[in-house]
Amino acid sequence: MPTPPDLLAGPPSVITAGIDLLAEALVAQAVEVTAVDFRPALDDPPGTADTLSTVLADPRLAAANALAAGRMLGVRAHLVDVLPASEALGLAPGEFCHAGPPITWERASGPMRGALIGAMIFEGLAADVAEAEEKLVGGQGITLSPCHDHHAVGPMAGVVSPSMWMFKLIDESSGAVAFCSLNEGLGKVLRYGAFGPEVVDRLQWMARVLGPTLAIAVRASAPIDITAIVGQMVQMGDEGHNRNRAGTLMLLREILPALIASGLPPTDIADVARFLAANDHFFLNLVMPCGKLMGDAAAGIPGSSIVTAMCRNGTDFGIRVSGTGDEWFVGPANTPQGLYLAGFSADDANPDIGDSAITETMGIGGMVMAGAPAIVRLVGGSVSDALATTARMYEITETENPAFAVPILEFRGSPTGIDVTRVLRTQILPQINTGMAGRVAGTGQVGAGLVTPPMNCFVGAINALAATVPWSQ
Amino acid sequence: MTVVGDDAATAAPAGVDAVTVLHGDYSDSVTLLRISQAAGAAPGMHTAHIAMATPLNVELALGLGFEIPSGTGPNDLLVALRGDDQAAVQAGYAAFEQARRDAAATSRAGGSFSNGPAPHTVRSACAAAPDAAVVLLSVPGGSVLGEAMDAIAAGRHVMIFSDNVPLGHEVLLKDAAAAAGVLVMGPDCGTAVIGGVALGFANVLQPLSNGPRVGIVAASGTGAQHLISLLDDAGVGISAVLGLGGRDLSETVGGRSAITALKMLDDDPGTDHIVLISKPPHPATADKVLQIANSGRTPVTTILLGPGRPTISEGVETVLEALGLPVPTWSTWGWTGASDGPSRAAGPHHKGRNQAGRSQAWPNHAGRNHTRVLRGLFSGGTLADEAMVVLAGRLGDIRSNIPLRPDLGLNLSSLIVSGLDLSGQGHVVLDLGDDAFTVGRPHPMIDPTVKLEMLAAQAADPDVAVLLLDVVLGYAAEADPAARLAPAIAAAIESAGTAGRDLSVVVSLCGTAGDPQNRERQAVDLVDGGAQVFSSNAAAARAACDLIESATEIGAS
Repeated sequence: MPTPPDLLAGPPSVITAGIDLLAEALVAQAVEVTAVDFRPALDDPPGTADTLSTVLADPRLAAANALAAGRMLGVRAHLVDVLPASEALGLAPGEFCHAGPPITWERASGPMRGALIGAMIFEGLAADVAEAEEKLVGGQGITLSPCHDHHAVGPMAGVVSPSMWMFKLIDESSGAVAFCSLNEGLGKVLRYGAFGPEVVDRLQWMARVLGPTLAIAVRASAPIDITAIVGQMVQMGDEGHNRNRAGTLMLLREILPALIASGLPPTDIADVARFLAANDHFFLNLVMPCGKLMGDAAAGIPGSSIVTAMCRNGTDFGIRVSGTGDEWFVGPANTPQGLYLAGFSADDANPDIGDSAITETMGIGGMVMAGAPAIVRLVGGSVSDALATTARMYEITETENPAFAVPILEFRGSPTGIDVTRVLRTQILPQINTGMAGRVAGTGQVGAGLVTPPMNCFVGAINALAATVPWSQ
Repeated sequence: MTVVGDDAATAAPAGVDAVTVLHGDYSDSVTLLRISQAAGAAPGMHTAHIAMATPLNVELALGLGFEIPSGTGPNDLLVALRGDDQAAVQAGYAAFEQARRDAAATSRAGGSFSNGPAPHTVRSACAAAPDAAVVLLSVPGGSVLGEAMDAIAAGRHVMIFSDNVPLGHEVLLKDAAAAAGVLVMGPDCGTAVIGGVALGFANVLQPLSNGPRVGIVAASGTGAQHLISLLDDAGVGISAVLGLGGRDLSETVGGRSAITALKMLDDDPGTDHIVLISKPPHPATADKVLQIANSGRTPVTTILLGPGRPTISEGVETVLEALGLPVPTWSTWGWTGASDGPSRAAGPHHKGRNQAGRSQAWPNHAGRNHTRVLRGLFSGGTLADEAMVVLAGRLGDIRSNIPLRPDLGLNLSSLIVSGLDLSGQGHVVLDLGDDAFTVGRPHPMIDPTVKLEMLAAQAADPDVAVLLLDVVLGYAAEADPAARLAPAIAAAIESAGTAGRDLSVVVSLCGTAGDPQNRERQAVDLVDGGAQVFSSNAAAARAACDLIESATEIGAS
């Protein structure tokens, strides 16, 4: 706790919040004044502000949030293995993981349905699109569950089937594990809801060549310190969500010697190296499980209002909060605003989708837009917007992560640990950078842009947190 | 932004309406009231209602005959303008925009950020201003907890000007403050002076000299202002005024802040004497606080206010005696009575006269037209309270919205419905700072509109012989109160005179010689308007009693 200043030492400088007249009276006395640009807390629906007060009055709150944020910062994520989802997650044929909070086929959006169709074909559970769709509608022998319930995360549709290979990360401080699928690249890819032959062919090559090759290289290089690479990439202009170029190159640098020394056919090694080099987002699928470890580390602390997961299934946006465990607080996913690939427009975009908002949950992505000026135009903004965005994110986060420092902000640590109470107090929502999937199944990517969670996720969370306050009713 | 058409419905008042809704735009209510005034003053404008679209403000707008677009909610800024014609409402809107720009420029000038966005929470303001020792909060009461907790967590002292803070939050904040070693002043703390800096409503004090320096711990804002004004007049230096808010000395809060404040002043090498001013604390709290007060190295004088107790002026005299300083004659301007000031013989603690006064209580019905009554219009609650204690000792029962006894209470809501008609109510003293009067407008110390309306209404009441008003000077108070009050007093006296009645106006002028309003000029202007002006509130009340008694004698003869 900071040492308080001597109140009676002399004329103080003053922070003001509220009536301007009182600040003006101080300025008239030549007092140095820092004025807060204050807005009242959200009170929609009415009563929300009172519920917020109940949580703010929870005697556990400050220490619980400090502990949750401290645990996030304490994670040291290491890549240790690459293995099929059947082993990593114990998935059996017909079991699929998906992004976001729980969803049914009936409520699933176009890209989520497209990815499930593609995965059915890839797994050999259906010969064509029609058969896949029929079986998914029928639901016989099909199980859908969130990646988040399997210590896993998946970008965009996030569909994981037993034969897909996954990265395995371990937090060396706790032994916790997290998994993520391998990134397919951009354009017509399964995670954006595409399921054409080129998509399935690529998935088969990834399962046959890429996965086993990476497994050999990673095991030979392990452990690879992903937390350290994330820290470096943030200093190199990546924000770890929509730009992962530096991270991808650093990963390649880590595994290339082992890859070459693996004794595998040179053509396979060349194909793998070419695939990684052509996919600037390859490292996203390592940032995300790093974030998952951080979110999970902060989970389950009674009284804490820190967000431990933000994710979307293309229909709903869901958040989890430390003090309320595995409970999801959902609201309708917003549609991102941004730039569209040639031939596409806003009409083609699906609502927000993917577990990749775990990057913002861990304090990077949109939260550190200030550090990624190279992509501000991609997501439809300016450099000054990016600086303002990150400055704004410090208002709603519990702590700053010195491991992910933002050079342009004098190496200030990234804003980390989104606090539900601060979101409601300021009505500032977390800023998420994201890709946009086509709303029609089979389309693929249509653009990239910016999006925020719906506010009612946070309203739901505050209601649930208030119910846990020991002396509330 | 939605603009609703300007075709007034047949039932709507004459003129052209323009209603604009700015979504998600926020300003505080005091700023918006000032902006409303600026917009309403544009040429040809009748009405400007610019406010956050809370249910209350929407109802007000509907009551004024404006049409409000559906879907307008509390996060929207409502700009409802009515003028002679289209040009007038356009001028009104332009004035609104200019006033907003001016307000924004002021708030920027108030900030220490040359770059980067202004902080949105006290936590980030603390990070941006690591040397700021004090956080001054005037946010809505329900929003205080989060901001004040931010301040305490950052190790800053907090002054909470806001009222309507839940009692549980107050206790929680004060416990957190004790753990962090900081002082929480308030909630509902209007006045503090730290290092010569006036926070909230406070007065300009003379520079500290070599004489004794007094530190004040105050549970009452205007009580503290009156105390320091008199001490300043007596040449006493004030080292600090630490406010507590009205509930600190209650049983529940238990003097948490009083104890911290007393210890701070006891440890302060710049404080030679401490004065604690408050209404009588809860007995359990009084024991605790007085024990702390008496266990320190620095002598403490306690001024407890209320019926049967000394006035603030008498309390100041006690302090001066304790310091071995002479008691000056408290300033008066335009007093027409005895040269040694109004009669002091019948103080409120003078039991005999007190009982006699009660026996002459004004009957609660009209009809004794030979007896003339007093009306007190106060912006300071403590000043109103003290005046009533003095008046009751001489005149009997005083009815009020803050009565000395529950049975003397006035039902304000029914009075407001009747247009605040007090006729037949006998002697009445009103605290115009009461929430009932301040809904939708600033405190009467900032905006005297209510006081001026009431003044004119009371002057027209044939029973009324004496009007007793307070004027509070200092930072944050109205810039030139006499500018509007003096002509209003003159008009009131003239209208009564035209009706063949004498009307006396007595003003209790609370402020120091150094206040930005220039106390001497304010007093002279008020005297020019026909008022008799007193720097001692108790003396003003006694003068009012003298005037009522002589008016009643004349009337009865």
